[in-house]
Amino acid sequence: MPPFLFWIFAAMMLVFGMGVIVNRNPIASALSLVLSFVGLSALFLSLNAYFIGVIQVLVYAGAVMVLFLFIIMLLDLRAEERRKINLVAFVGGSAVALAFFVQIYHVVSALGASRQTFPPLRPGTADDVHSIGLLLFGNYNLPFQIIGVLVLVATIGVIVLSKRELR
Amino acid sequence: MVTLGDYLMVSGLLFTIGFAGVMLRRNIIIIFMSLELMLNSANLSLVAFSRFRVQPGGLPNYHAQVFVFFIITVAAAEVALGLAIIVALFRARQTTHVEDISTLKF
Repeated sequence: MPPFLFWIFAAMMLVFGMGVIVNRNPIASALSLVLSFVGLSALFLSLNAYFIGVIQVLVYAGAVMVLFLFIIMLLDLRAEERRKINLVAFVGGSAVALAFFVQIYHVVSALGASRQTFPPLRPGTADDVHSIGLLLFGNYNLPFQIIGVLVLVATIGVIVLSKRELR
Repeated sequence: MVTLGDYLMVSGLLFTIGFAGVMLRRNIIIIFMSLELMLNSANLSLVAFSRFRVQPGGLPNYHAQVFVFFIITVAAAEVALGLAIIVALFRARQTTHVEDISTLKF
């Protein structure tokens, strides 16, 4: 992938990611989140992770976002009215987030590998679904089954939580 | 050329955006979306390292991508459960504003 595409998709992901936390309307936030995840999925494709990129679009832009939009519309949330901003909390939160980013910046700059480009792959290798499937059903068979049980438990939990009265 | 550090820095920026959303926003659904942003930025750095550590056969390190697959699965289950909890909370309190939900606050 040419370098300018990386910058375009990274900028798209970050700008719409900012849109998620800046928008006051929850529906606009959810739609920004979809576009942010589409940019992220393009970055996965640029890293030759085709399977993960497709899964990202299917699971997040498809299933998770439909769930978010459905809940927002079910609860009938409007754009929230402007409340008085707690200035101390706002400044404190921004300062903690900024300090966090400065920390990440220093760690990544100190990492020697971070200035290297990606080594070339063997040409003609696009069968990553095959390799991931072999690992998933071979080395990681037990975690895979545990995650199946986890999804089942989550499904049952959602049904129990959605009952009209909890007891 | 795009280096590993560029991907890590973009991933760190996305994590910071999600972190700021959790710290600054007061709508519980937006906080939940910010959590998703943070999970996905971790996925981005995992995939970048997977592509960086090329195996002797000329293939990326697929163990990291299996890990990302697990993270995506857990995140999907978490979204379903979290939204069910938010719906139950909204039925009980008719609000999604975290400052109105302070019964457990010390």
